[in-house]
Amino acid sequence: MIRVQREDFDIGAELERLSAGNTKVGGLASFVGLVRDLAEQGTVGAMTLEHYPGMTEKRLAEIEAEARSRWPLEGVLIIHRYGRLEPGDRIVLVATTSAHRQAALESCAFLIDWLKTRAPFWKLEEGAKGAAWVEAKESDDRAAEKWKR
Amino acid sequence: MKLLYFAWVRTNIGKAEEEVVAPDHVLTVENLLDWLATLGPQYAAALDRRNVIKVAINHEYVEHDHPVRPDDEVALFPPVTGG
Repeated sequence: MIRVQREDFDIGAELERLSAGNTKVGGLASFVGLVRDLAEQGTVGAMTLEHYPGMTEKRLAEIEAEARSRWPLEGVLIIHRYGRLEPGDRIVLVATTSAHRQAALESCAFLIDWLKTRAPFWKLEEGAKGAAWVEAKESDDRAAEKWKR
Repeated sequence: MKLLYFAWVRTNIGKAEEEVVAPDHVLTVENLLDWLATLGPQYAAALDRRNVIKVAINHEYVEHDHPVRPDDEVALFPPVTGG
């Protein structure tokens, strides 16, 4: 399931819902991305996330489908927020359920790695000298690259 | 053709989207970027780092040699930074 939303989400409630009523689930893995305070780098830390409505949902659905084709998954949940977020705020939740832990853990790592290089989101960071667009990191490209087949 | 701009492509050009009628010689993404860069200094600045610009046509990623058609929705944006 894919959700792109401005509002915050309740991690406990979301994870509980993902496995509720499905006794084939033996393991649930999750990743939560948070806004990090970069005060030591001269920024105040708040950021605004912009995305491409329509394309975002399609690319996230494609990433979910790719994960389901690689691992035997019961449930997949991706929630990604947009709008203005402060340090400590939740940005993204990725969670997977499967009969066994390996599929859940690996697919969860895969989903966040692919999402970072494929889903059309951009971060504008607020700083002492004004706002600046976050540059894409090569380390993120390498993280996604290792899942290439 | 509908053009959409995101992140610093949008802030440099100064608008989020526009409808354009590209000249007949604009057959590929590359042609489109060349033509847009002639429309004014803000376009030239936005498209200065040409090879880092990502392109999606009708929500699908494409390379710069991909054809463009008059009824396409073409989005231009920097590498993504979500997650």
